[in-house]
Amino acid sequence: MNHTQPLILGIESSCDETGVGLVRGTTLLTNTVSSSMEEHIRFGGVIPEIASRAHLDAFVPTLQQALVDAGVSLDDVDAFAVTSGPGLAGALMVGVSAAKALALATGKPLYAINHLVAHVGVALLDESIAAVNDDGGLPENLGALLVSGGHTEILRVRSIASGVELLGATIDDAAGEAFDKVARLLGLHYPGGPAIDRLAKEGNAKAIRFPRGLTMPKYMGTPEAPGPHRYDFSFSGLKTAVARCVEGYEARGEDIPVADIAASFQEAVLDVITAKAVLACKEQGITTLLLGGGVAANSRLRVLAQQRCAAAGIMLLVPKMSLCTDNGAMVAALGAQLVMNGVVPSELSFAPDSSMPVTSISL
Amino acid sequence: MRILTIDTSAIASAAVLDFDPLDLVRTTELVANFATDDTRSHAEVLAPGVKSLFTDPVVEGPALDAIVVGTGPGPFTGLRSGIAMARTLSFTWAVPLYGMMSLDALAQQVFDTPARRDGRAVGPLAMNDFVVATDARRKEVYWAKYNAGAHLIDGPHVGPAEEIFGVQVFGAGAGLYQDVLESNGCSVHPTFAHAQPTAFELARAAARRIAGAGSLEAAGFLQSTPLYLRESDAKVPGPRKRAL
Repeated sequence: MNHTQPLILGIESSCDETGVGLVRGTTLLTNTVSSSMEEHIRFGGVIPEIASRAHLDAFVPTLQQALVDAGVSLDDVDAFAVTSGPGLAGALMVGVSAAKALALATGKPLYAINHLVAHVGVALLDESIAAVNDDGGLPENLGALLVSGGHTEILRVRSIASGVELLGATIDDAAGEAFDKVARLLGLHYPGGPAIDRLAKEGNAKAIRFPRGLTMPKYMGTPEAPGPHRYDFSFSGLKTAVARCVEGYEARGEDIPVADIAASFQEAVLDVITAKAVLACKEQGITTLLLGGGVAANSRLRVLAQQRCAAAGIMLLVPKMSLCTDNGAMVAALGAQLVMNGVVPSELSFAPDSSMPVTSISL
Repeated sequence: MRILTIDTSAIASAAVLDFDPLDLVRTTELVANFATDDTRSHAEVLAPGVKSLFTDPVVEGPALDAIVVGTGPGPFTGLRSGIAMARTLSFTWAVPLYGMMSLDALAQQVFDTPARRDGRAVGPLAMNDFVVATDARRKEVYWAKYNAGAHLIDGPHVGPAEEIFGVQVFGAGAGLYQDVLESNGCSVHPTFAHAQPTAFELARAAARRIAGAGSLEAAGFLQSTPLYLRESDAKVPGPRKRAL
């Protein structure tokens, strides 16, 4: 196997995107994604069984397309990598079974990798953000802020292949999930993120003061004596506050100021996310912050994160959107790092782990 | 002719069967076989199990004449693991893939099992139409009706065992609901009260079908589309509940 510039095929199926990506070292060859998002719209959120069924039917065609686009054959591939968690159990199972079949059919190694760490590894593929240092690795003192429909996490990345630490995470809903639920309350369509982002531009973000979850002193503590949730998030109370607010207008027979509510809700979410991420960076010596996950597409998040990072002297890296959302290339990118660092491949007997901790980079 | 079969509709199993379609009785040889006892470890055991069927899967896999996968019905997640595996092996090895209803494997096994009296075979176990049933969870069974020659005549269905009347019922689904079935005038054969579809029996059923038709292509196999029989439980959300 080529250990300096390995050709890795990565497979992602943890939520509603079936992704197959091919990466050579830190060079992206192709990133093919098939999404079942359309099938979830009428439900207002991802239905795991529907996503799992779609993965099964999309996998081989997506694989075939990726190989054609990259102009390589399975013979050329040095190793396979697959998301083994965290994610939807039934959805993970499809990608994992297919990946194991590829490994056993070709006799090549397979890496069962962590989805969240892959969101960090993807930064290596985007030349425009120049995240790669002179050694071909990620910058020193790196942190990551992952915000999507399934995740809201702050990570510290000491080494992409061997040392990732969870600094903070949501204790209930993910941020993107809160956008979806509030969008429904406001009569907007799924996915809620783009809908609220658009509407919020017409509204006043200061019109309604919605609660900022887990920001009270008893949760925050001090730098010397951190509280129990200093870097953690909570969005379910915010969602309820929006519901009560909407009901209040209805009960009074008033028109609901949807644009103001959307803008105020969005500000409440993004204010806490960016404030806590920057706080974590400052206190933990993080000098470069990487943004990842589908909510990275939110225009207000990009502005706010950029302002606050700049003010704190932190370099913010935002990979292009096709690499921020779930995809197979990020899985391949992390797989390549594991190969280059001589990490031992996974056994064929590993099981997907829907709550795989971020400290477990591969199984 | 050499085929690989995979079935994960209940237990996880895989088999390689070698046979000459023109002389099934004398040539059929089980090359290798793998099966679990439990129905909940597919993710972990299936790939090592399939690998164990070969000395070198990289060389022997592409030489297979076909892969036949059990398409259920069966619990969704387990069923998909086998079909995802079979589809990907078929693509990688460039070996044609066919689907076969998993209940056919049990029907074949019933057909091949003689009734015994005092240790001697005394004709077939199923003299008339019979039903094969497996556990569909949620107090229901997956079932299908076959004639005495093990040809499918009705099904597959999913529903409570109460829906089955007046026939011999074989398979783990029968053992689970023996009382219900017996009160419906059915009989449950004790040696099949815990029987699950297996890749080995699926392979034998496939071989018989190929031999009968004269070729793989003419054997009337299904595609590898899973027989879910149930929709996802998701409901389109109704209007918001109001608290004020």
